[in-house]
Amino acid sequence: MTTTHNPATEPGAGASTRERRRPHRGPRRRGTAAGLDLRLSPYVYIAPFFVLLFLFGLAPMFYTAWVALHEWHPIGGQGAFVGLDNFTAVLGQDMFWKSVFNTLSIFVFTAVPQLVAAIFIAAVLDANLRAGTFWRMAVLLPYVAAPVAVAIIFSNLFGNQFGLVNNLLATVGLPQIQWTGSSTASHIAIATMVSFRWTGYNALILLAGMQAIPRDLYEAASIDGANRVRRFFSVTIPMLRPTLIFVIITATIGNLQTFDEVRIFGGAGGNGPVGGADGQWKTITLYLWEVGWRQANLGRSAAIAWLLLLLIVLIGLVNLLAARKIASENGAKR
Amino acid sequence: MMRPTILNLTAAVIAAALVLASCSTDGSKPRADGEIVLEIATFGDWGYAPYIEQWEAKHPNVRVEYETAGGGDDQREKLLNFLGQGSGLACVEALEVDWLGEFKGFSDRFVDLSTPELEDRWFDWKSEMATTDDGKLIGYGTDIGPQAVAYRADLFKAAGLPSDREMVAEYLGGDNATWQRFYEVGAEFTAQSDAAWFESVQGAYTAMVNQIEYAYENEDGTRKDLAGSEIERIFRTVLEHGTGQQQSAGLAQWSSDWNASFKRNDTFAVVLAPSWMAGVIKNNAGEDFVGWDIANVFPGGGGNWGGSYLSVPVQCEYPEQAKDLAAYLTSPEVMLDLVVKSGGGTPSQVEAMSSPKLLPLTNPFFDNAPTGRIWADRAAAVKVVPFKGPNYKKVHDVIVAGLNRVDVDKSQSVDQSWAQVLADLASLN
Repeated sequence: MTTTHNPATEPGAGASTRERRRPHRGPRRRGTAAGLDLRLSPYVYIAPFFVLLFLFGLAPMFYTAWVALHEWHPIGGQGAFVGLDNFTAVLGQDMFWKSVFNTLSIFVFTAVPQLVAAIFIAAVLDANLRAGTFWRMAVLLPYVAAPVAVAIIFSNLFGNQFGLVNNLLATVGLPQIQWTGSSTASHIAIATMVSFRWTGYNALILLAGMQAIPRDLYEAASIDGANRVRRFFSVTIPMLRPTLIFVIITATIGNLQTFDEVRIFGGAGGNGPVGGADGQWKTITLYLWEVGWRQANLGRSAAIAWLLLLLIVLIGLVNLLAARKIASENGAKR
Repeated sequence: MMRPTILNLTAAVIAAALVLASCSTDGSKPRADGEIVLEIATFGDWGYAPYIEQWEAKHPNVRVEYETAGGGDDQREKLLNFLGQGSGLACVEALEVDWLGEFKGFSDRFVDLSTPELEDRWFDWKSEMATTDDGKLIGYGTDIGPQAVAYRADLFKAAGLPSDREMVAEYLGGDNATWQRFYEVGAEFTAQSDAAWFESVQGAYTAMVNQIEYAYENEDGTRKDLAGSEIERIFRTVLEHGTGQQQSAGLAQWSSDWNASFKRNDTFAVVLAPSWMAGVIKNNAGEDFVGWDIANVFPGGGGNWGGSYLSVPVQCEYPEQAKDLAAYLTSPEVMLDLVVKSGGGTPSQVEAMSSPKLLPLTNPFFDNAPTGRIWADRAAAVKVVPFKGPNYKKVHDVIVAGLNRVDVDKSQSVDQSWAQVLADLASLN
């Protein structure tokens, strides 16, 4: 604040001019109005956010819980109350656990190479390149492309028999890979398209973090005789920790909700099974959608949605603990 | 601050253009006075554009928007979702025969289309499939899908099989063609050729299952226990020949591989093709591809795969106009013209099927095969109208996934896959 005049410490100053023109009302009344104003206005200012959060976040969430306790058809609507039957049915299905595994597996295949690549790209961009803005915008371009378009093109590249990737493998004499055949192959294919979209985005966030690192640290390190690589690992990476934690948390949440890519991959133009004939790449969100709108069982679908929420909260907590630990280590080092 | 350079500006312009391009634009234009906008949605382009224009010319105050996105399964999901919400659908929506039965249970969401003047327009069985127990008609029939054997004459010849279409029909058994004979010839062919016999186990299975009257459900729509059933026998037969004897090309129908395989010269020799598949083969192979032909024969005594309807959801603002448009697009004249011009598809309208214009039709892509005669004969050969109730599509999806686990993914044996089919079916509801 640039001004020293602080309404909060001067009683009455926050009252309106209308109040001031009517002195006969007395100081007590003015004090109350001012007090109300003081106490209420902050809440009024933040109210729009919470109204929206309630309308579009919490209300649907609790409604979903209500749906999850019933038999519920997409068209027919609410059916009989079944208690926790939907939850037990979902938890008892192999496909649900498979989808949890797939989600986590695709996350690992996506997050690790993507972070390494993003840090590397950010480090390159952090060097004094000519036309720096051009390169920075260039790495963001894949993020601008519509995910479905990316997924369609990559699905063609990863075609089992006539895809470009397999053609290239054959050219160099390697065996062709049945991309939609096994979990691992399909997860790698999907991780490739997810990474294609998000690496540049994360690189830019990391770049911002890198540019906030005081340059004198690098100078000091240079004087101490540290070469480029040493400076990168001993200065850049430790100083980048808070940004890394942010990137990891957002990537985790984003990945738990991967949908477009898995929906399109191996797809058949709006026909046939989704997520593979054996659910090789059926993620939780895809499974949720399949149960709701292919099997026409919204009650069970809502139960999956709540289980997904619990999983996200759980992973979020783990993230938070890890982040705290890293942050305190970071603080100790300073 | 960095000095802005031409490169930077270019990058910014490109990025901005991509952002704009990736945003979908709302196609609605400002309406003229009193003009109403009627939407019609089919899965895939059904070639209605010129007929919509004709209809618009007769209804100057109505502008029709034709949406053609998605596949059949997308269409079903869309209907499941938006019929429940009570808004969001076009005024005329396409229905497919495999899941029509599912929506008959929600006939209150559809306008009753029954009209005395149109009662005799369609084959009885075609209309009956879209009629509810209390006599409501929820869809006007568009086409049917009588099946014949589309084959690659050049590959047949190279493998020492007859390649002339009459001889092929005879070789496969003529009027008494059986599935056993079909797979026998398949074994003969694959022994002499690098190509597979047929394109997918899914195609062969669908053809076989469409010849069963009560495949997955009992007469009242409840699900059958499929363990040890005729369905299990078909499942095993198809996989035994398709995967076991490598008669199938190991492709998942409609996948990008499957689409691309038509451009190859030596992937497979046969498609068990319903009449609408003729257009799919031509589109996938490309107009210039030479070698395809159609034989007037089908194993197991005639078969029908697919066929659609046009419906009007009650949420439509202009049900009268929508009904009129649907009736026009399913009229014998329009359907006949469509078939004559496209060379594919078979009308479900009695008058169109008996038209003298239909029988002389030939299809240049299929070496001038007399498709008019062939599809008419194939339609007449269909003896079974399969019952497709509320559970048909869900069960069918589970079984197709089971077939593909064995034939496409090659990740399971037939026994393992069938066991999983039964388990998946048990957990459906």
